[in-house]
Amino acid sequence: MYEFAYHRPGSVAEAAKLAGDHTDGKLLAGGQTLLPTMKQRLAGPSDIIDLSRLDDLRGISVKDGVVTIKALTRHAAVATSAEVKAAIPALAELAGMIGDPAVRNKGTIGGSVANNDPAADYPSACLALGATITTNKRAIKADDFFQGMFETALEEGEIITSISFPVPEKANYQKFRNPASRYALVGVFVAKTAGHVRVAVTGAGASGVFRVRDFEAALEANFAPAALDGKSVSASGLNSDIHADAEYRAHLITVMAKRAVAAAG
Amino acid sequence: MSATGIGASVRRKEDFRFITGKGRYTDDINRHGQAHAFFIRSPHAHATINGIDASAARKMKGVLAVFTGDDLAADKVGGLICGWMIHSKDGSPMKAGAHPALAQGKVRYVGDHVAVVIADTYAIAREAAEKVVVDYDVLPAIVDTATAAATGAPVLHDVAPNNTVYDWKLGDKDATDAAFARAKHVTTLEIVNNRLAPNPMEPRAAVGEYDEGSESFTLYTTSQNPHVARLVLSAFIGIAPEHKLRVVAPDVGGGFGSKIFIYAEETICVWAAKKVRRPVKWTSDRTEAFLSDAHGRDHVTHAQLAMDETGKILGLRVKTTANLGAYLSTFSSAVPTYLYAPLLSGQYNIPAIYAEVDGVYTNTAPVDAYRGAGRPEATFVVERLMEVAAREIGRDPADFRRQNFVTQFPHQTPVIMCYDGGDYPQALDKALELADYANISKRKAESARKGLLRGIGISAYIEACGIAPSAAVGSLGAGVGLWESAEIRVNPVGTVEVLTGSHAHGQGHETTFAQLVSDRLGISIDNVAIIHGDTDKVQMGMGTYGSRSGAVGMSAIVKALDKIEAKAKKVAGHVLEASPDDIEFKDGKFSVKGTDKEIDFASLALQAYIAHKFSGQELEPGLKEGAFYDPTNFTFPAGVHICELEIDPQTGIVTIDKWTAVDDFGNLINPMIVEGQVHGGIAQGIGQALFEGVVYNKDGQLLTASYMDYQMPRAGDLLSYDIAVTNTPCPSNPLGIKGCGEAGAIAAPPAVVNALTDAVGHEDVPMPATPQVLWRAAQRAVLKAAAE
Repeated sequence: MYEFAYHRPGSVAEAAKLAGDHTDGKLLAGGQTLLPTMKQRLAGPSDIIDLSRLDDLRGISVKDGVVTIKALTRHAAVATSAEVKAAIPALAELAGMIGDPAVRNKGTIGGSVANNDPAADYPSACLALGATITTNKRAIKADDFFQGMFETALEEGEIITSISFPVPEKANYQKFRNPASRYALVGVFVAKTAGHVRVAVTGAGASGVFRVRDFEAALEANFAPAALDGKSVSASGLNSDIHADAEYRAHLITVMAKRAVAAAG
Repeated sequence: MSATGIGASVRRKEDFRFITGKGRYTDDINRHGQAHAFFIRSPHAHATINGIDASAARKMKGVLAVFTGDDLAADKVGGLICGWMIHSKDGSPMKAGAHPALAQGKVRYVGDHVAVVIADTYAIAREAAEKVVVDYDVLPAIVDTATAAATGAPVLHDVAPNNTVYDWKLGDKDATDAAFARAKHVTTLEIVNNRLAPNPMEPRAAVGEYDEGSESFTLYTTSQNPHVARLVLSAFIGIAPEHKLRVVAPDVGGGFGSKIFIYAEETICVWAAKKVRRPVKWTSDRTEAFLSDAHGRDHVTHAQLAMDETGKILGLRVKTTANLGAYLSTFSSAVPTYLYAPLLSGQYNIPAIYAEVDGVYTNTAPVDAYRGAGRPEATFVVERLMEVAAREIGRDPADFRRQNFVTQFPHQTPVIMCYDGGDYPQALDKALELADYANISKRKAESARKGLLRGIGISAYIEACGIAPSAAVGSLGAGVGLWESAEIRVNPVGTVEVLTGSHAHGQGHETTFAQLVSDRLGISIDNVAIIHGDTDKVQMGMGTYGSRSGAVGMSAIVKALDKIEAKAKKVAGHVLEASPDDIEFKDGKFSVKGTDKEIDFASLALQAYIAHKFSGQELEPGLKEGAFYDPTNFTFPAGVHICELEIDPQTGIVTIDKWTAVDDFGNLINPMIVEGQVHGGIAQGIGQALFEGVVYNKDGQLLTASYMDYQMPRAGDLLSYDIAVTNTPCPSNPLGIKGCGEAGAIAAPPAVVNALTDAVGHEDVPMPATPQVLWRAAQRAVLKAAAE
């Protein structure tokens, strides 16, 4: 690890000011990506702004058909939340599939979404459920938020405070794990909300999470696995690595999407 | 059988300290004034070094020294060695390129040691290492096993102009050609045995120390054989003579072979301790381990089996290219030769065998022994051939094996080994019954109804363990003898210390060896201490590998116990006023035949030391004996494993449903520990078949340098195994034991691949059979079914 200056702000405003003042700094939420990269000396931020004292960024509420999860809520809290399980069981299940118990008890939803790792799970839920990402400055639609691998709409000094998910009629997440890392090799989140279907894919795309409009149209006409028969995503633009080439990933997207539709009921 | 004697499943004595964090591993050892080493490793697979500028690093506060290959050369420190001479077909010796502990002018794999920074802290050493500028000229690299010796391939070592270390043969070519000429059917297979990274839980580590007063060195290191390390560091590398070098291998957290070898890092730590006049410590991180621990396997093989019209095997022909990596590691030359080809007869009566093995250099980490070492590769060849041959000639694979089993013992194979005993049909019958082999077609149909592909695969393995008779291995090129030593020290209060040259790094010797002593002397297991891993305590020993600690190490203890009993009977004769010939020893008591005169073991020990009842001139006081045991043969554990699994052709996900293992290890000392060894071995074997594979890209960059990309077997990937044993006691050692440490890793890979190929209906399933591999393999099965 390289040397860095450490800050532990007491408020979101103070955190935002620190982040604005130290543009080579990094916000530390659960640290499940940042800290390993720092330990491997792949990242060397000048400053670490530790958000762990911002207690009002923790918690889950369900109101008017919307599940709101504050940014520092840990994956384990989402996975075990009775409210989330009742409102959007697929979201609780997704949180329970992230990493291992150690990761789930440290990692946070805000950290995951802000990082936008192309193999992370939460971005698919945000996109498929039509979530809204709220920051200290504004509210951003998920469709506008994710802008490519590790790229988001967040600006300097902007901090995610919460994420709101409209409660869908049906939803399911199917994750095909990378056999070594257990990140999503292909993760497909299918949701039907207010009559509209969204299908979001994580892990597969070279530019991160994406929607499959062709699948969405077919499922909107007929929300059944058979609606996807013969449908597939083009392999171009998908990742290829030693675990899965683009052709295999493309195949898995259809398989996982069908299984998600079947499981969503 | 007593509750703690031979044959009892005694709980492991050492586990309390391990599971409560009280173990003492090399990294737990911190010496006064200790400095830390960080190794600068080559980022290139193949490059010449034009120069190293360490001036900025040397000026940093807290940096003690930066050493390069020039410093080693100036101190006349010898290179790392390979201790087994292999000769090519033409009689020429193998072509061993120099292997300096720090590179001299050239690097040959990513991770090769270029320089070392020694500093007050690890952080400073690492920081300083980034300031060392190495001027490289990058050269083309070769990583591919099959084409390493091809014309035009980049050459690693000038002494080996076509990258060939040796081209070696075993067996009778003419007799084998004649057998193939009269064959009714020939089965041919192209086989790749994938490269594995050993992954012990504890990474390698070393602490070197120099005492100016006594002018002597101490090296604490993660070793499976500290005495061999001392021998090599003294006699070949030249750190110090043996009496001035103590090597301690304390608790060691797994090795699987990778800690047999003598590495650059431990060499540098002990050498540099004198240079900087402070203890020097190094602990590998996991990526360094992937880069620089000796890997295992990596064979490419063309194999053929010849049969007559009845299915009787006539001959076997094998041509293997073995990737030895960039340098020859300590025993690497022997692994694909004498630890491989002599096992190619399997459990079968094969009249003629001819094997050719080419060892090649590539720009990859050195390859050496890894759990099974040569025997898994041989078993994979034999058991894949047996399965495929049976399929090709329309025979049930179990019956085909049974027809060709060796049934008469001793059995001399055409490839060195003389099998001394076994009952192969018994193990097969038991395994088939436990696996419910008779009803597999019903289960396959049931899976097919669910759209899944079910397969079953048999592996009937044999291994040669308890290595090995010293004269025999010497005649084959080994630089050492493979006996073992033991010393029994009986204390005056009757407690016993056993000093053994075997080394425990997870095997449970503190329990099993104590069971043997407790059983023999009739004393509590708690009164027996097993001491190992320190060259200042144990005089000499050959260490632990090749499933030898039971068959060889414990046999040495038996021999020493024989001497203890003989001496104790003499003492008892004096104490009980009888002839030693009339003394009986049973259940911990010495008694005079036909009388009620007796003395217990503890009281006898005291008598031996106070020496009041006999004159020191006619009988020496004390009770301490040592023995060296040299085995008369290898031991031959064998068994049958059966794997049954189900593949989802949509995703390529495979689920192993049932695993049956029937092993003949001879007599068992502790069945629970044996079962644990079998479990671990199967896990590693399944790992090789389904999960694990070291991948270099064509430029020689290691793509699997962490657990993000290298898949280790996890508990959730595995199942509960059905394990049973048969027992034909080993005739060549006093305990009748054969060894169990490697069996699972040897047996499992062909069982899995035979099941996978049965499920998909064709033979094109490479290891590791990851979901992507199996999806493609299953698509062929699905398309074929659709066409039919």
